[in-house]
Amino acid sequence: MAKINEIDTEFFADERTSDFTVIGTPAQRSDALGHVTGRTEFFEDRAFPDLAHVKIHRSVHHHARIDDIDCSEALAVPGVLRVITHHDVPANWYLVLRLIGVEPLDEPVLAEDRVLYVGEPIVAVVADTEAAAIEGASRVKVSYTELPAVLDVEEALSPDAPVIKKDGTNYFVYEGHHARRIRFGDVEEGFAQADHVFEWRYSSAPIEHAPTETTGCIVVPQSGNRLLIHSNTQAAFFTLDNTALILDRPFTDLQVKGGTVGGGFGGKVDVMVEPLACIAATLTNRPVKFVYSREEEMQVSSPRAAERIYIKDGVMADGRIVARKVMLYVDSGAYSRHTPYGTTKAAAHLPGPYTIPNVHADCHCVYTNRTPSSAMRGFGVTIADFAIESQMDRIARALDIDPLELRLRNAYRDGDMKAHRKVASGTALIEVIQRAAALVGHDLPPEYLALSSSTPREA
Amino acid sequence: MALLRGRGYASVNYPTGMNLGGDPSQALIHATTMGGFVVSLSSVDLGQGLKTIAAQCAAETLGMPMDNVIVDTADTDTGPHCMGTFASRGTHRVGNAVVMAAREAREVMLQVAAEELEVDADDLETDGSGYVRLKGSPETKIHVQDIALAAHFKQGRTISGRGIFLKERSYPVPETGEMDPDSAQAHACTVAEVEVDDETGIVTVLSLHNAYEIGRALNPAMVTQQVEGGAWMGVSHAVFEATEPYYPSSRAHGPVDFSEYLMPGPAETPVQTSVILERPAANGPFGAKGIGEMTANAPIPAVANAIFDACGVRITVMPFTPESILRGLDELRDAEPSA
Repeated sequence: MAKINEIDTEFFADERTSDFTVIGTPAQRSDALGHVTGRTEFFEDRAFPDLAHVKIHRSVHHHARIDDIDCSEALAVPGVLRVITHHDVPANWYLVLRLIGVEPLDEPVLAEDRVLYVGEPIVAVVADTEAAAIEGASRVKVSYTELPAVLDVEEALSPDAPVIKKDGTNYFVYEGHHARRIRFGDVEEGFAQADHVFEWRYSSAPIEHAPTETTGCIVVPQSGNRLLIHSNTQAAFFTLDNTALILDRPFTDLQVKGGTVGGGFGGKVDVMVEPLACIAATLTNRPVKFVYSREEEMQVSSPRAAERIYIKDGVMADGRIVARKVMLYVDSGAYSRHTPYGTTKAAAHLPGPYTIPNVHADCHCVYTNRTPSSAMRGFGVTIADFAIESQMDRIARALDIDPLELRLRNAYRDGDMKAHRKVASGTALIEVIQRAAALVGHDLPPEYLALSSSTPREA
Repeated sequence: MALLRGRGYASVNYPTGMNLGGDPSQALIHATTMGGFVVSLSSVDLGQGLKTIAAQCAAETLGMPMDNVIVDTADTDTGPHCMGTFASRGTHRVGNAVVMAAREAREVMLQVAAEELEVDADDLETDGSGYVRLKGSPETKIHVQDIALAAHFKQGRTISGRGIFLKERSYPVPETGEMDPDSAQAHACTVAEVEVDDETGIVTVLSLHNAYEIGRALNPAMVTQQVEGGAWMGVSHAVFEATEPYYPSSRAHGPVDFSEYLMPGPAETPVQTSVILERPAANGPFGAKGIGEMTANAPIPAVANAIFDACGVRITVMPFTPESILRGLDELRDAEPSA
C-alpha cells in the first residue's frame, strides 16, 4: 500500500465540502505503468529513415566580436549535409514572450556579429550521423576579437561597466524604470519608529534543472509543406508560436506533438531546439533530430537565475516587522528569456507571507556575460524564500523570540493588504505553522494556538 | 570532532499561476458513440499527473466513472490553446477549463437522456456509476452508452463542451508595483532536523516535518508524490547543486555530467512526515490550489536555520557546501577570545 499523507480535516472544516465521487480519491497516475514498464513513448523513441542530426558550434568567449566564420572544413567532413548560420534564419532575433507583447527581441537564434556568453550558438551543422555532426561542428573556425566582459550583477550596473546589450543598458527596463519596484507605505518612517534595524545579504549560484531526458526534438517534413515537430517542450504553443515567428512562416505550417516529458522543472519552457531543427529539415528535406547532450544541458541550457538579495528590516521590540527594504539583483545572463518576467514575480512575492505596513523593493533584472537564465521551479520565489526565512530566524534569535511565534505575529491574514496592493484571501499561514508545531511537539502558548487566518488582525 | 544536531523552521506561501500574460488554458470535450468522453488539451503532462487530474475533473463534473474519460494532450493540431505547464498552474488552469467544458457536455448529455426517458432534464441526476437517473425514482434510468448512441444515431446531437480559464491580464503599475499576478496562495511550514559534521563540513538532513495547505487535494496520492519529490529537490538545492560553484568569480569548475553535478541519492533522502490542510480556493477547480513548485522551497531555509542551530554558522549563500560550513566554523573559532 502506497504511503499517502494524512489530510487533517479539522482545519477549515466549515469551508470544505466532501460529496465527491472521483475528486479526493487516490486514482493511479495514468502514465505510471507505462513509465515503469518502459512502454511510454518519448520523442526520441520514434525512428525515421534518413534521420539527420544537428550539432552546434558555440562561442568559447564570454564576450567577443565575430570577425570571420569559416565553415569550409566542416563542410568537408564526410556525412555533413549543410551548415546553418544566421543568414539562414529568416527572423533571427526573438524573445520567448514576444507573442504577449514583451519586448525587446534581444536574443539571436544564431550569433551575428557578436557573442555575449560562453556557449552561445554560432553555427549549426546538419549531418547524416550524430558523430559527423559533432565532428563538423568542431571544425567550424571562428575568428574573434575579445571584448571586456562583466560577470557580476552589481558590477554590471555600475556606470563604468562595459555595455553588453545592443539597446545600451545592462538591465531590463520596466516601463521606464531600471527595476521592478514595490512602493507600499513609507519605509523610512517605518525604520524611524522601529526599535531595531537588521540588514543582511543573501545569494545563490545558478543551478540546473537536471531532467532525466535532455531538451530535444525531431522535426519531420510532411506532405503539403508542413513540418511535424515531436518535442519534449513544456509549452506546445510557446514552441509553435515562436518557431513560426522565427521561420517567418504561417502558424498552420507547423504541428507540435508532445506531452511526454522526462523531467522539465521549467527547463523546457524556452524554444531553443525546434527552430533550428525546422530550418535543417526544410533545407535538407529530411527528418532532423536536435537533442542536447548532457554536457550541453548542464553548460548551455538556461539555469535557474542566480540572485543577490539585501534585506533591511525595521522591527519593534515585540517582533512586529514595521518596515522592509529589499534590493534584489537577478542574474539574467546574456539574454532575457523568462528572467524579466521572473523578476516581476519575485517583486510580487515580497515580503513573503507577512503583513508589513511599509515595504520598498527594487528588483533588478541584470544582464551579464553568462549563460542566459530562465524559468525554473520556484521561479523568482525560491531564493526570496531562502532570504526571507533566514531573516526571520535571525530576527527571532536577535530578539530572543520563539521562531514560530515571531512568524505567527507577522503572518498575513484574510483582508490584509499585501505590498503589491492585493488584498489577501484564502490565507492559511497561521494554520500550517500551528500544525507543523504540533507535528514536532513544539509547544505554542494558548494565545498563539487561538490565532486564525480568517480572523481579522487586531488593530 | 563532533556530529552536531540542530532544528530549523521555515514557513512560506506560493502563488498559483501567473497571469501577467493572461495565461489562458482551454479544454474541449466530446462523447464518442459508446459513451466515452475524450478531453482534448494542448497541455503537457510533466509526469506530475496532469492527465490524471484532468480525467478526475471531467469524470466528477460529468458524474461518470473515470474509466469513461480519455485525455488527449499536447497536439497543437487537435487540442485547443494552452499557455503551457509551469507556474504551478496545471491543476488550477487546466482543471478549471476541463470543469467548464464538462459542465457544458453534461448539460447536453442530460437533455439527450431526458428526451429518451421522456422526463424533464432538470429532474435528472448522476452518481458516478455510468447511469443517469430520475431523482426520487431510481428505476427510471439510462446508461451513458445508450445516451451516446441515441445522441449520435437518433437525435443528431453532439455531446460536447468547451472550456477556457482566463483571468484578465494584470499590468503592473510601474511606480508602485501594484498588480494582481496570481490566482491563489498555497502555504507550507517545514521543520528540518540536520546533523553537521564539524570536521568535514558535511550537512546531513535527517528529517523534514511539513504541513501543507493546498486548497483541496484532488488526488491525495499525487499530492504525496509532489510533496515528497519536491522536498527531495529542496534538499538538493540546499546542500548539493550548483552549475557554477564559485559564482560569481568565474565560470570554472562547471559540471558536465551527473558524476560532477551532485544530487542526493537514496542514502541522503530524509525521513519525511507531512500533513495536508485544505482551505478551498474560491476560484480553484473543486477548491484546488497549485502546489508543484512550493514543495521545494520551504526545506531550503529550514535547513539553513537548522545548520545555525546545530553549529552556529549562518549560511547566506546557496548551496550550503561543506566548504562554506568549514569556513564558517573557522571564522567562529577565530572570533573566540583566546584562553
